[in-house]
Amino acid sequence: MTAWDAIVIGAGPAGIGGGSVLAENGARVLVVDEAPGPGGQIWRGIETVPDSRALLLGPDYLAGKAEAARLRASGAHLAFETSVWRAEPDGTVWLRDNEGIRQEQARHLLIATGAMERPVPRPGWTLPGVTTIGGLQILLKREGLLPDGELVLIGTGPLFYLYAAQCLAAGKRDLTLLDTAANGALFAALPSLPAALTGRGPAYLAKGLKLLWKLRRAGIRFHACPQDLRIERDADGLRVRFRRNGALHSLYASHVGLHEGVIPETHMVRSMGCHMDWSREGAAFHPRRDNRLQSSIERVFVAGDAGGIGGATVALLEGRLAALSILEELGRSVDPLLRETTRRTRRAHLSARPLLDALYRPQDALLSPADEVVACRCEEVTCGEIRAALMADSAGPNQVKAFLRCGMGPCQGRTCGMTLTSLAAASRNLTMEEAGYLTVRPPLRPVTLGEIADLY
Amino acid sequence: MFEGRAIPFRPGQSLAGALMAAGVVHFRRTPVSGSERGPWCLMGICYECLLRVDGSDNQRACMTAARPGMKTERQDGARLDAAGEQA
Amino acid sequence: MTPDSDLIVIGGGLIGSALAWGAQRKGARVTLLDEGDVAYRASRGNFGLVWLQGKGLGHPDYMHWSIKAGQLWPEFSATLYEETGIDTGWRGGGGLHFCLSEKEMEARRHLIARSREEGAAIRIELLDREALSEIAPGIGPEVCGASISDLDGEVSPLLTLRALQNGFRKHGGRIVVDFTAEQVRRNRDAGFIVKSADGTEFSGRHLAIAAGLGANRLAAQLGLELGLRPERGQIVVTDRIAPFLRHPTNMIRQTREGTVLLGSSHEDAGFSTGTDMETVSGLCRAGTRLFPALRAARLVRAWGALRIMSADGLPIYDEAPDAPGAFVVTCHSGVTLASLHGLELGPALAEGHLGPAPRSMRSKRFALQTA
Repeated sequence: MTAWDAIVIGAGPAGIGGGSVLAENGARVLVVDEAPGPGGQIWRGIETVPDSRALLLGPDYLAGKAEAARLRASGAHLAFETSVWRAEPDGTVWLRDNEGIRQEQARHLLIATGAMERPVPRPGWTLPGVTTIGGLQILLKREGLLPDGELVLIGTGPLFYLYAAQCLAAGKRDLTLLDTAANGALFAALPSLPAALTGRGPAYLAKGLKLLWKLRRAGIRFHACPQDLRIERDADGLRVRFRRNGALHSLYASHVGLHEGVIPETHMVRSMGCHMDWSREGAAFHPRRDNRLQSSIERVFVAGDAGGIGGATVALLEGRLAALSILEELGRSVDPLLRETTRRTRRAHLSARPLLDALYRPQDALLSPADEVVACRCEEVTCGEIRAALMADSAGPNQVKAFLRCGMGPCQGRTCGMTLTSLAAASRNLTMEEAGYLTVRPPLRPVTLGEIADLY
Repeated sequence: MFEGRAIPFRPGQSLAGALMAAGVVHFRRTPVSGSERGPWCLMGICYECLLRVDGSDNQRACMTAARPGMKTERQDGARLDAAGEQA
Repeated sequence: MTPDSDLIVIGGGLIGSALAWGAQRKGARVTLLDEGDVAYRASRGNFGLVWLQGKGLGHPDYMHWSIKAGQLWPEFSATLYEETGIDTGWRGGGGLHFCLSEKEMEARRHLIARSREEGAAIRIELLDREALSEIAPGIGPEVCGASISDLDGEVSPLLTLRALQNGFRKHGGRIVVDFTAEQVRRNRDAGFIVKSADGTEFSGRHLAIAAGLGANRLAAQLGLELGLRPERGQIVVTDRIAPFLRHPTNMIRQTREGTVLLGSSHEDAGFSTGTDMETVSGLCRAGTRLFPALRAARLVRAWGALRIMSADGLPIYDEAPDAPGAFVVTCHSGVTLASLHGLELGPALAEGHLGPAPRSMRSKRFALQTA
């Protein structure tokens, strides 16, 4: 088996940027993604989207079209509908597609696994009919679907408002927004304002304001800072209850969408043993990277939201930068000017990030949900049970996992991992890094015993 | 087909999308407490939308393309297909 | 200066926790020092068998010791449940060792005969394919039969550990977490002093080192050379499956939750707790030959854990010759022997002796071998 110069894992903006630049410069590169085509979550279905739907999704979405075409033309080998279920620090990557399981080898790995939505443990979040807003948006992009009937969107962050605006553009009016951003977030965000007005920051802010303005003008029902929020089910459907300024509210809903921003999808880098850091601003873990975007493991690079949330443009640029670093290691000449301008553009696009982080900072309560709330959806372990185990057994996240099965289910701790760490940190007065994290083990994607049995 | 009922779908649609469009949100009961669940992340990482598809259990509806003639059922508890003759 | 406690136990795994629980409930004041979440913690990677058929053949002390532990398990499990409300998941009777060839059947016949000759208080029988199918339907076409014993059982090692620590606390025991013992020494007034890297100290009249692989370093400070080495065992686990296997077996175990464990391998991989695909594949192959329907099951997790192996693979129960009152307890059968460690050995250590532990299991047996 001959080794690839690089395997790029993920074909969202970062993977597209990295795969294109690597292949255009003569590297033998394999780009792998679970989806049927390039785009990732943000540009999902970009090659096949009908014009009418594309219009509704907006110009940022359409920007992906040219990039996807560039990747197609670059000469990179593309493996779609292919999942990576195990990646090893030596560049061994285990894949699964319709044909079965296979192994590939690369000198360098470029991990571009993107973001996932921040888990939002709230009372009632496991009820059928309650989904993530990211999930609802996937249905819209991929299948042109909008939920029927009363839709209540709860949360905060750019995607929260973007999806609301897309609903509006598609003609949906039975829509209510509950913005949960931390009370006083606006004030706390002020110090970040000057930086946000530099570089490409104003464009991001203007975009956000435009969205808000549109929603306001359309008269979409809106509540800010709901307290004691809970979702219940009665005979008619779902009911969202909350308190605001002392008054109790109760909204009927046939669907509820939850979203509290996105965090890096770190399962793969964790499983490989990359060193992780906690970002206070982003309220999330991310892999440590040097200025060449290399992780703590040699020849393993991380680009895009997987390395820290920056959005699609930053991801695209980081993909290219990581590709330049890899090309350099492969002994190919790299244009220093190109690298410098790419770096500068990336910085310009990141200038509004601290402000956005501060504006959309999740309420502290989200990291410390009430005892009744289910933290681990798979094994149905509540925050109260976790707190009790932490108190009674003084255990860390892995001991709690062992004792309560929290994080042992099929999602492999993706949904409860952070809750577990934050509860451990709170109960023992530790930082998030000190509190530790669930040990992540492959397989990272489903494989059957039969498939594995037939490997050798 | 879902629980014996014909479900319309368009090409390229996922099982989860087709069922949700047809008003189905309750996909399974959990093996732990028997509580009802439906799609959550719709991107293949949460394992909430598991169905029995053509006799195979624990299939992610959000990652499975809908095809004509497919037989899908709600999954009640743990998977049966891997339990052999006893199931 | 008087010591803080009657007994300090270093190591919060199954061995240390069982000793500490046993001593505390018999009235001793015990401090349990636990390395915490970062420990290698063999107990967390354990397969969960109380396994006795064929154990200790050729080594009568070890054989009788293990069988005694097996006999004590029902009482041990019931006591823990009474004290803590935590069910260890113990399920006894009818451990199956599968045979995939006539040659393997013959080997089991031989083992049964030998077990009888050596006077093992255990009943082992051989089941042919037909008899086996009745209690384990769904076996694959290659399965020829199995040996079955009355004493083997299975248990959740994780819940056992939890119950032990929980019970220990309920009896008033003190657990210190995130404590990595660096130094142990004798003190004329205070008995033994255990110190961590940051200088925190605990003292106890007696000391039990149950620190897994860390015991090498600590016991050496008291003049005992243990020569323990890690042996990696890999285990894989599936998603939840409707119950189909009601017996513990040598290679496959269905937990109460429905997940199926396949294991466990034996390999020398230093201190790595990772997995390699060749081994994982071998485990899946073995499991799906036994129960072909498992081919459809999903592999949810695979992990490696380190067994603690002495030079001859047997446990070590020892007292430091120059530091009486300091003990070492180590073995790779922390689950099987937990009952004995808890009910009998722990209380003895708190009183300053090795109680019923066989003298032949002291560490000087290795010195004699090499001399």
